[in-house]
Amino acid sequence: MERRGFLKKCFSFIVSGSVVGGFLRRASARTEGYDPSKHYYGMGIQIEKCIGCGRCVEACKEENDVPKEPFFFRTWVERYVIKKDSEVSVQNIDTRIERTVEPAIEKDVLRSFFVPKLCNQCENPPCVQVCPVGATFKTKDGVILVDENRCIGCRYCIQACPYGARYLHPEKETADKCTFCYHRITRGLLPACVEVCPTQARVFGDVRSSASPLARFRRMNKLHVLKPFLNTEPKVSYSGLDGEVR
Amino acid sequence: MNDPVTEKLFELLKQVTGYIYPNEIEVHWGILIVVYPYLTGLVAGAFILASLVKVFSIKEVQPAYRLALLTALAFLLVAPLPLLLHLGHPERSYEIFLNPNFSSAMAMFGFVYAWYLMVVLLLEIWFTYRRDLILWSKEEKFPMKLIHRVISLFSNDVSEKSYEFDRKVVKGITIIGIPSAFLLHGYVGFIFGSIKANPWWSSVLMPIVFLFSAIVSGIALVILLYMVITPLRREKIDMKCLDKMASYLFYAVIVDFSLESLDFIHRFYESEESIRILSELVVNKLFISLGIIQVLLGMLLPLGIMVAIRLLRFDEELRKLLYFVSVILIQLGIFATRWNVVIGGQMFSKSFRGLMAYRMDLTGMEGFLMTLVLLILPFVLLAILIKLLPPWETAKKNVIEEKTP
Repeated sequence: MERRGFLKKCFSFIVSGSVVGGFLRRASARTEGYDPSKHYYGMGIQIEKCIGCGRCVEACKEENDVPKEPFFFRTWVERYVIKKDSEVSVQNIDTRIERTVEPAIEKDVLRSFFVPKLCNQCENPPCVQVCPVGATFKTKDGVILVDENRCIGCRYCIQACPYGARYLHPEKETADKCTFCYHRITRGLLPACVEVCPTQARVFGDVRSSASPLARFRRMNKLHVLKPFLNTEPKVSYSGLDGEVR
Repeated sequence: MNDPVTEKLFELLKQVTGYIYPNEIEVHWGILIVVYPYLTGLVAGAFILASLVKVFSIKEVQPAYRLALLTALAFLLVAPLPLLLHLGHPERSYEIFLNPNFSSAMAMFGFVYAWYLMVVLLLEIWFTYRRDLILWSKEEKFPMKLIHRVISLFSNDVSEKSYEFDRKVVKGITIIGIPSAFLLHGYVGFIFGSIKANPWWSSVLMPIVFLFSAIVSGIALVILLYMVITPLRREKIDMKCLDKMASYLFYAVIVDFSLESLDFIHRFYESEESIRILSELVVNKLFISLGIIQVLLGMLLPLGIMVAIRLLRFDEELRKLLYFVSVILIQLGIFATRWNVVIGGQMFSKSFRGLMAYRMDLTGMEGFLMTLVLLILPFVLLAILIKLLPPWETAKKNVIEEKTP
């Protein structure tokens, strides 16, 4: 009887082990040959190069099935117009929003520029800290992802993000955000927004690498991040960032 | 996609002033999340009032002791409902218990709630009622006999010794219970107060302000219930009990008011980067709910009434009327407080450059009607609890008068 019990346990161990193993193999098959511990991603944005064409926004929506309505963005571009009387007007340049904006008279304008925004993939991400079920997590390669099969849709992460980078997907009812196009970068491709940018205002790469466009960007520019006082330590850094940008 | 949700967002987009991040148009925590801290606040407040009786031997409040406990239980049972209904995936809510992320304040909900319900409230109620349940069941007929036997968990011991033991346990639980009640509501305040991204919420005072407003609302609710139920039972209101509860309410309102004033003054004096948008928020979006309802009607007016009651010697009838008006105003004010924290905190952009709008639906999961149901449900539960565990009757065969310890 004892032997039979032992054999039974051995059998169930082998069966369940192979099932679990099979699942693990399937999970890793997507990124075969990719070792996340060998990468650590970041992005650089050159404000002076952005022309506000919005192709990055379009590409992101296409690539990642982001709802088309102008309330859901993984990335967006802000247009700043600072007038001589210090009045600041900001606008999301999404072309589908029908909002009447008075064109600024050129002689009144002190300076004007575009600021692409996206998830800052923070080193100390408040969204990961607050997620009650660990559905939002940081990968080994430094990207913050959302497991849509675990997210309960409580929206605490949306409240905790200082950058407004998250939204609740209206169909999935789970939190959604920029992933640096994780499905692309793990295959050696660039994020869609970087790929389509006609002026190379967005530079993507490995922050640890010493010879890459991102490394060059970080070497050649004075850099700044958004809301540094919150100690989130963004991995998206900006060159030529104006103090008015929040 | 042109469903009602996005249609509503297009409507709200027209009401935006200034610049907001594009993802911010949707107010994610709506009326249900206003109801949640309101309900837990009532629980904590009612329990703390009950605890005063046991821990500090306040004999005057004894007539309302059991009522306060049952009120706390009825509201605690409903408290998780608004949270559950608001989730995008309520069917996955068990993940909070099974897979909690220990760095998340919200993940602690399950543990705090379970601790408070199981260890504190249910135990205290059971030990308070145990002997009465046995004695009642001896005189009753089916089905109440059976119900009381089951609730007493078929305990039989009505000896003096067991009664002494019950009393000791109740006192012990109460002593654990007070910090637990503080934890329950202080923790809800921490959920908001720890969000550094939101300057309207991010404040170390938030848990303490939540706590004292909880005490205020809980005491006010028990006073209201006591004043409504006692005449319905054709009994006379015990004025000593009422005056005592009102005096606790008075002190709690003073502390609450001082804390909220301190918070306001501190923000205004420091005048950080966010002060401009927060001032705009208060003036443009929260003037009625904050200025008029929360501060004027919900705080200053009741405070004035209670000062007048203490200074001038009003007769009983007038006192009753004034208390009644005060506690209703206070409930209104505390609900507005929750509204101003939760909704107010989502009406300004984290870019500090614009204000959003919130519109409550009439129907639907996050609508006005659902809110009404959730606010009425605890009273229905309380009525059932009062039927099962009458809070004012001790068993007839009670050889020992129930004493305060």
